[in-house]
Amino acid sequence: MKDLSVLRVAACLFSLSASTLVSANLPAQAQDLRNGGKLLLTNGVSTIEGSGGGGLATWSTIAGNATQEGIGGSVHGTVIELPDYNWTSFGVSVGFFDRLELSYARQNLDTIDIGTALGLGRGYTLNQNVFGAKLKLAGDVVYGDPLLPQIAIGVQHKRSSDAAVVAAVGGASPNGTDFYISATKLFLSQSVLANATVRFTKANQTGLLGFGSATDSNHKPQFEGSLAYQLSRRFVVGGEYRTKPNNLGIAREDDWVDLFAAYALTRNVTVTAAYVDLGSIATADNQRGALLSLQAAF
Amino acid sequence: MISIAFALALMGVQDLPAAADIEPEVTTEVAPAPAPAPEPELERDPVTGELPVDPYEMSNAHAGATPFTGTAMRDAFHGQEGIRRVVDNMVDRAVIDPRISEIFVAHDLVRLRRTLFEQFCHILNAGCDYTGRDMESSHRDLGLQVDDLNVLVENLQAAMADEKVGFAAQNRLLSKLAPMKRDVVTR
Ligand code: HEM
Repeated sequence: MKDLSVLRVAACLFSLSASTLVSANLPAQAQDLRNGGKLLLTNGVSTIEGSGGGGLATWSTIAGNATQEGIGGSVHGTVIELPDYNWTSFGVSVGFFDRLELSYARQNLDTIDIGTALGLGRGYTLNQNVFGAKLKLAGDVVYGDPLLPQIAIGVQHKRSSDAAVVAAVGGASPNGTDFYISATKLFLSQSVLANATVRFTKANQTGLLGFGSATDSNHKPQFEGSLAYQLSRRFVVGGEYRTKPNNLGIAREDDWVDLFAAYALTRNVTVTAAYVDLGSIATADNQRGALLSLQAAF
Repeated sequence: MISIAFALALMGVQDLPAAADIEPEVTTEVAPAPAPAPEPELERDPVTGELPVDPYEMSNAHAGATPFTGTAMRDAFHGQEGIRRVVDNMVDRAVIDPRISEIFVAHDLVRLRRTLFEQFCHILNAGCDYTGRDMESSHRDLGLQVDDLNVLVENLQAAMADEKVGFAAQNRLLSKLAPMKRDVVTR
């Protein structure tokens, strides 16, 4: 119930800000509002937290295909098959004038047999809602000074739906907010896209196991790096590394690694496949598996 | 969801003015003639086929980028012949691309093909001097948006692909053009 009302408020905010931004723009230069003008793949894909980026790491790119001339957005769905878990997430994001991104993602972690082991019941699914906002501050991922990356700051407010589980595993709170700053650049002379993000967070497994613990409840800087090589207009391969806090006493948390390939099937549809190593999750070690994500952007 | 519907509706709306702009201007010209001259009294040079322009100082610096060294880029573009094919193909695409075709109306495409060829040839170190105007003054009055630039880049990418220029070399040329955005895009 609570989740729903939050959603409704977010939806209203989205459309409100859309209409104010647009009406502010309409009278003077209605003919200049243009959507869908970005070059292929330069909007990135959707992360598991709903923001524009790689698969696991958030980038400074603004979701959707619109440039500073218009409003765009994307919807995505992601599945990750792991030895002991099944992950699904989906989300929507809206990009305003390649400047502001608002996003929502819903994450579901099916614990399968681990649910039994943890006394939650087989197939117990942990859920979380992530509300994000990102503001581009400077630079351009493609154009301009080749040494000035696109820089953005962002927040992700996360609300776990499993307060009882969070408390049982020792998480201090089922809700938390991450703050990040991100720099992304496509180095055309090398066909390489590089991203570095510093995230201040106390999330346990991105928040699915809550935030902080009795002993460790401060935001700590974590690093997310991506390196990708553009093989063609449509095809890019790369890898990512994401460090994570390790707050919970009962279960170790590891850094995440992935190797990905993203292919733009059309101007609007991008499919991403990755090998992911998510390390140890809630006592189950070696969670290595496959990620598949589909994004539709306009 | 509301906002998506809203944005989708906007996408529809923004098509309207563009469509309305395409006035079926009835001209009796039949030949695929170059764009009409901006001023009727200007006469095309009988040798070059170009319209006269106001005098300006010539300098390779007006090309807007330091050329590559070595011969790798020249070879990747198949020398001057290949560069000419790429430029002509790009211009051919641009002038019929409904997203930007209007911008080229009433501009001297004969001159544009020549100066663009010189510029690319110079930057690719394929043995040309650039004799055109600098990027800032030649685009100042065009009111270009970043979307126009992206469309032209797509036309260039398609032309380079037709010429079978490797993708890494394509991006290397784009890396020389990308910083020019600040001079070319004025809105
Ligand atoms: C970095 C990208 C660009 C480069 C390197 C470039 C290069 C050039 C060059 C060399 C000239 C000739 C200058 C002269 O006549 O002396 C020119 C003129 C022109 N360009 Fe661009 N251009 C770029 C972007 C664009 C874009 C995005 C458009 C429109 C979609 C455009 C439209 C034109 C037009 C219409 C002219 C003719 C202006 C006139 O007649 O005076 N250019 N450009």
